Amino acid sequence: MSELLQFVLSGVTVGAIYAAVALGFTLIYNASGVVNFAQGEFVVIGGMTAAALIALGVPVIIAAPLAVIAGTLVGIALYRLAIKPAGKAPLVSLVIITIGASIFLRGVMQVVFDKQIHRYEGFSGDDALRFLGATLLPQSLWIIGGSFVVFAALAWFIGHTHAGRGIRATASNRFAAVLVGINTGRAMNLSFALSAGIGALAGVLATPVTFTSYDAGVLMALKGFSATMLGGVGSPAGALVGGFAIGLIEAMTAGYISSDYKDAAAFIVILLVLFVMPQGLFGRRTTERV
Amino acid sequence: MTLAKLGACATALALLTAAPALAQIKIGASLAVTGPASFLGDPEAKTLRMLVDQLNASGGINGEEVELVLYDDGADPNKARTFATRLIEEDEVVAVIGGSSTGATMAMAPLFTQAEIPFISLAGAVVIIDPVQKYVFKTPHTDKMACLKIFEDITKRGMSKVGLISGTGGFGKSMREQCLAVAGEAGVEIVADETYGPGDADVTPQLTNIANTAGIETIVNPGFGQGPAVVTRNYAQLGIKLPFYQSHGVASDSFIHLAGDAAEGVRLPATPMLIPDQLADSDPQKQPVVSYIKDYKAAYGEAPSTFGGYAYDAFQMVVAAIKAKGSSDSNDIRDGIEETKNYAGVTGVYTMSPTDHLGLNLTAFRMLEIQEGGWVPVE
Amino acid sequence: MNPTLKALLITLALVVAGALIFPSSYYFRVGSLIWINTISVTGIVVLLGYVGLVSLGHAGFFAIGAYAVAVLPGYGVPSGAALFVGAAAAGLLAMVIGRPILRLSGYYLAIATLGLGMLIWMVLTKESWLTGGPDGMVVAGFNPRHWFALVGIKMKSTEAWYWLTGLVATIGVVLAVNLGNSPWGRALRAVHDSDVAASSLGVDVARAKVVAFAISAVYAAVAGSLLALANGYITPDTAGFMHSVEMVTMAVLGGATTVYGAIVGSLILTALPQVLTFVAEYEHIVLGGVMVATMVAMRRGLVPALGDLAHRLAMRGRSK
Repeated sequence: MSELLQFVLSGVTVGAIYAAVALGFTLIYNASGVVNFAQGEFVVIGGMTAAALIALGVPVIIAAPLAVIAGTLVGIALYRLAIKPAGKAPLVSLVIITIGASIFLRGVMQVVFDKQIHRYEGFSGDDALRFLGATLLPQSLWIIGGSFVVFAALAWFIGHTHAGRGIRATASNRFAAVLVGINTGRAMNLSFALSAGIGALAGVLATPVTFTSYDAGVLMALKGFSATMLGGVGSPAGALVGGFAIGLIEAMTAGYISSDYKDAAAFIVILLVLFVMPQGLFGRRTTERV
Repeated sequence: MTLAKLGACATALALLTAAPALAQIKIGASLAVTGPASFLGDPEAKTLRMLVDQLNASGGINGEEVELVLYDDGADPNKARTFATRLIEEDEVVAVIGGSSTGATMAMAPLFTQAEIPFISLAGAVVIIDPVQKYVFKTPHTDKMACLKIFEDITKRGMSKVGLISGTGGFGKSMREQCLAVAGEAGVEIVADETYGPGDADVTPQLTNIANTAGIETIVNPGFGQGPAVVTRNYAQLGIKLPFYQSHGVASDSFIHLAGDAAEGVRLPATPMLIPDQLADSDPQKQPVVSYIKDYKAAYGEAPSTFGGYAYDAFQMVVAAIKAKGSSDSNDIRDGIEETKNYAGVTGVYTMSPTDHLGLNLTAFRMLEIQEGGWVPVE
Repeated sequence: MNPTLKALLITLALVVAGALIFPSSYYFRVGSLIWINTISVTGIVVLLGYVGLVSLGHAGFFAIGAYAVAVLPGYGVPSGAALFVGAAAAGLLAMVIGRPILRLSGYYLAIATLGLGMLIWMVLTKESWLTGGPDGMVVAGFNPRHWFALVGIKMKSTEAWYWLTGLVATIGVVLAVNLGNSPWGRALRAVHDSDVAASSLGVDVARAKVVAFAISAVYAAVAGSLLALANGYITPDTAGFMHSVEMVTMAVLGGATTVYGAIVGSLILTALPQVLTFVAEYEHIVLGGVMVATMVAMRRGLVPALGDLAHRLAMRGRSK
């Protein structure tokens, strides 16, 4: 019993990290149709900036927001310098631009920070919480809480605010959005800023558990992308469910079947789900341009 | 085909017309300065740069300057192979240090053998030097030796039932297989065998399964990078009380830093580099260890790692071979390296021979325990 | 000129031109890597440029080819035959898995192919009794030098590899151009523009997609076999996610709609890291920056953009 509970807690911890990363993909996709492969780098920028500031003696309560701001600024820069000038490039070209940007950002972090692995203390210490024979790190609660707060804020923002509706309108038909008076440029700008901020926040919250280094973004993007697609791209609920699902599948496979093939289990489940539900668990039926 | 020859003639011409500069000894290196193995390649590259600068500042070897040609292969065997060709053909080096990873090393080795250039690898796996290849050497202990050293300590403490939790990267996987292979002869039994991915953030399911295995007495964690720090933290989180062993793959202060209090009581086989102040003055390794650490700190403002030490020893053996032979001809250097006797380096005391291109035995490993955030020898 | 003949002449001219200007074995080595990449990226052009399907798992097919020539000789299959076995295996797997996967579109297809590639990578990493595990395995010696020696041409092995890979790439490019201009190719392009329109024209859309997927898998596998044989050593990284991304990047950077884009994309992304070794510390910054700048300036890739430019200049010249 305590065994099962431990596996669940492990899956939820890891799943919350995947969910937080996956949520970052949502806004940019909603506004532009682009899955941003530099999203993992936003996560690392958040983690590395926080780690560097904390190492300098800055209290975490100041370092964390600064790290999120740093990520946000990089997101805006990515939009202004790379995505906006590309204009109406084919979608696949835009995706390649984000891949180029991720390589570029990795290079910058390697120079600005270093190549070491970094970590800082959990916000509420590193002493495990125990109940019913299983354990959980207090930082896991921060990550789980963080991903739910981001999810709720995102769902509200997209569904109930003027700016959020503008982002959705921009995605479904940019020309029509312009006609009805939506500032599509501002909507895109906002979506990149927020997505990057969400990514950096995920990094700030997760680093005490996952650790971070300049090149950790590839794995983050890979896991986050998997969670996004399992849930259905563009859906905040999908990102959340997809993240937790993958975390739990990995933990259960490691616990009950074979730790060697826990990552394989996650991909097999993704493939099976997509065979039955080609738009993911929560995806909308839309036609995409490629 | 004559056209290709024309190209070759052009190069030959270019070579003839280029005025010979100062007499220089070119030593090549291909290391994983970036990428997944950069915590190996980065200190290795820094060490080589520092040693070359030092050597040239003190007049070079026999009056000749040493030039280091260093490439970053990112631990990618394909890139490494290209750089190996480049070192041989373009840079015309006389000896090569590197291959931070086993894959890169194995991809390069045949080229250096063919070109008759001595090649000292800094990677762990035993396949590099067994069977022995004429031009291929290596400085780090093999993973098999690490397993034997750990098992020796385990049996000394009266235990025999071991649980393995290994990383799925090259290092962890290779060491896991060696440990499984030598467990019988070392008198231990592997009763649990779990793995984790290099980027995994939580391994509590695997550790729970190991801790719940009937009769288990101790846990061994082959792996390097951040994985072992995550495992150690999870081990403390779960409140497991079994004696816990790490491998030489985490023998650096950054492991203690990353694992924090959870690292208390962890034992691992390591080089004397971690305990410079605790070495006896009579210890032949004391002097090189102390001076390497001092120089490295002065040059880079940080402590060197065990991995940089592998590069230190490789470079010193190449230099010693050139000095001993009074020649910078590749074949002479190769012979010189093979004749290395009782060279006291920072990793261990090396004695090479035609049948042993590593030259270390188990005594090169010291069993250390982490106590109060520092390293303490247990022997 | 007949497009197939044009492709043959252009590619062959590039192969010969390379051999003429390369001063050393090292250049021939980089040259053969460019041609090996050209082969796999040409497969991506068939899939992405002709049919409009994005795959992030082609490194898996590449690795099937690579490991075929690494593993099978240990069981008595000659390297040359192993290459064909690997190509057939990759094509077959693509056919079998293609049916369910290719019903997906856009990013969903990308994640499905990514998952397929990752599964292949995992098997290669875990099953070390067969594959040597993450540290990789030695590929039994095979040297095309001896083939050339049979017809009386003596050369170094790196040169022999250059000519062999260059010739295979030429064949691959020519076949792809030929396919693109065949009735089949026109059907594929119709699928690119619109599934619905294509099927109303009587094209079996599902079948067209599966065939294109299988063809591109075979291209990847052949490239993988050649790389494994040329390197003499192979690791599971060849099946890795980043390698799949690299193939697509080469195709898009060069211009995914044309096989010449495959050549140019392979050339740039293979040679650039070699050029950048002198700024090692900043290699990623420059590489990423070049990628972004190129795609921003030439949205459909280098070759189509330069083609447009040449066309415009020609028009201007004519109007004067």
